[in-house]
Amino acid sequence: MKHEASIREPLIIGNKSLHDISEDIAKPIETSANKWWWSLFLLSALAMLWGFGCIFYTIGTGIGVWGLNNTIGWAWDITNFVWWVGIGHAGTLISAVLLLFRQKWRLSINRSSEAMTIFAVVQAGLFPLIHMGRLWVGYWVFPLPNQYGSLWVNFNSPLLWDVFAISTYFSVSLVFWYMGLIPDFALIRDRAIKPLAKKVYTILSFGWSGTAKHWQRHEVMSLVLAGLATPLVLSVHSIVSMDFATSVIPGWHTTIFPPYFVAGAIFSGFAMVQTLLLVMRKVVNMESYITIQHIEMMNIIIMVTGSIVGIAYITELFIAWYSGVEYEQYAFLNRATGPYWWAYWAMMTCNVISPQLMWFKKLRRNIVFTFILSIFVNIGMWFERFVIIVTSLHRDFLPSSWSMFSPTFVDIGIFIGTIGFFMVLFLLYSRTFPVIAQAELKTILKSSGDNYKKK
Amino acid sequence: MNKEKVIYGLYGDDDVILDAVKTIRSKGHQVNEVYSPFPIHGLDNAMGLKYSRLAICSFIYGCIGASCALLMFWYIMIYDWPMNIGGKPNFTLNENMPAFIPVTFEMTVFFGAHLMVITFLIRCGLYPGSTSKSPDSRTTDDKFLMEIHTSGDEKEVKKIKDLMKITGAEEINEK
Repeated sequence: MKHEASIREPLIIGNKSLHDISEDIAKPIETSANKWWWSLFLLSALAMLWGFGCIFYTIGTGIGVWGLNNTIGWAWDITNFVWWVGIGHAGTLISAVLLLFRQKWRLSINRSSEAMTIFAVVQAGLFPLIHMGRLWVGYWVFPLPNQYGSLWVNFNSPLLWDVFAISTYFSVSLVFWYMGLIPDFALIRDRAIKPLAKKVYTILSFGWSGTAKHWQRHEVMSLVLAGLATPLVLSVHSIVSMDFATSVIPGWHTTIFPPYFVAGAIFSGFAMVQTLLLVMRKVVNMESYITIQHIEMMNIIIMVTGSIVGIAYITELFIAWYSGVEYEQYAFLNRATGPYWWAYWAMMTCNVISPQLMWFKKLRRNIVFTFILSIFVNIGMWFERFVIIVTSLHRDFLPSSWSMFSPTFVDIGIFIGTIGFFMVLFLLYSRTFPVIAQAELKTILKSSGDNYKKK
Repeated sequence: MNKEKVIYGLYGDDDVILDAVKTIRSKGHQVNEVYSPFPIHGLDNAMGLKYSRLAICSFIYGCIGASCALLMFWYIMIYDWPMNIGGKPNFTLNENMPAFIPVTFEMTVFFGAHLMVITFLIRCGLYPGSTSKSPDSRTTDDKFLMEIHTSGDEKEVKKIKDLMKITGAEEINEK
């Protein structure tokens, strides 16, 4: 017999039967969108088009249209890249790590957070590509035989490790997500009445029929993919951090970076999941599945990872002082009290102080508070990357070349464009894909459903 | 000779069909297939299915990935065009190895994950454009379908149908 503590709350509320779950999850796909969806979609699409315009302008004219200068060679582009990659960490963490830990509450949120992961990585991938300046030779990052000698890529460089890490992460997350989607597309296919929808979902579902052998293989595959994706998700942001840590720039050259970046990535990823899901559960009526308890669990993770990030900031400061290296000491002093002090303190407030409010049970079960806090965390984590990148670069070893960074409209336009692009993808997803992994969720109905638990 | 007959029993609960499979198999009949909307734990054992070897495949694919990565590093960085990069020793693969660990890991995961998924799709016959083999479309919603092949012998058909009824089948059809 499996014993369950009485304090365990049901994960599915309302008296749901298996059929009700199918109904609820197919509903957003089978009904048409409301005004709110359309207005949000149009707004996002406009932002996206504006961003694409700025990208075309950058590629057509050159990187000079950005606010970069000789001293600050990386600024908003790489800040945005790291920010988006970080956001793209929660999905695989939820679906892979929580699968290995047998956390059942992941089942209502894994599909959407994985979708978010994939869409965020798409945005992240845009930045290194356009930062190359010459997008048409972008394929040079791969080790392809060529007529120049052959001239190969440099496997000693963390920038190349990044190419491999991001492309592996993107493709493996995509496949992991899609394999989970196949049984759910099969449900939509079998319910479809319109011939076009039937045809499309037949293709998408790969002919899934749910036989015993297929399910057995599917489960083994999911478990192995989770086992592979867990170290992968940790490796990706570690490698991103090595882009900085293996350099000799004061403020970047720190061994704490890999775990510190990974914690920050999980922190920001969960914040973005909260931002999106709090809206989505309302709009597509998923309150029975994404309950207050789910929100609380995610808030606890935000609190824990936020505290790890806080400790990392303080450790960095301490080590800068303790190292006795004056350049290192100056870099950190300059962060907190130099011309970019506001960015540093914005980061400190949003990332270190605000998540500590989650110690209060009332606050972490409050939806409005959670939403506001998740926005704070998103902003704070953007500033973290800005602080690391821009303030470490802007005052280098030679005071005559010290400078400041100010973004141009193109910098801002591309950033806003990626937010729009991200939202467009997510909005389209929320109306055409099953937003909850219903097949998996049905397995816990008997153990965690409201009506079954009462019996 | 009688024509071969297929009997379908539709069940409404995962625990009921699991018990049904056990009962019917203990009476000496073969359960050929079960279609279900979600994985039922213990069903593969109850049906006598062999354990899936996908995990072993993935391990082998991962090893292939790691070997390919190492071969690539050796060829590119050591043999074909060695370069002095930041004074990192690169006379042999081993000396340069620390810098190659991250990409070796990524390639291992890349091969292990993708080739396993491709193996899964091929073994299950899943591809875009393939159609569902399930005879009842409710099996992706909330119903569970048991499929038993018989030789068409009247007595046997009746016995299986009775067994299905006793074990809680909601609908019984034959084809």
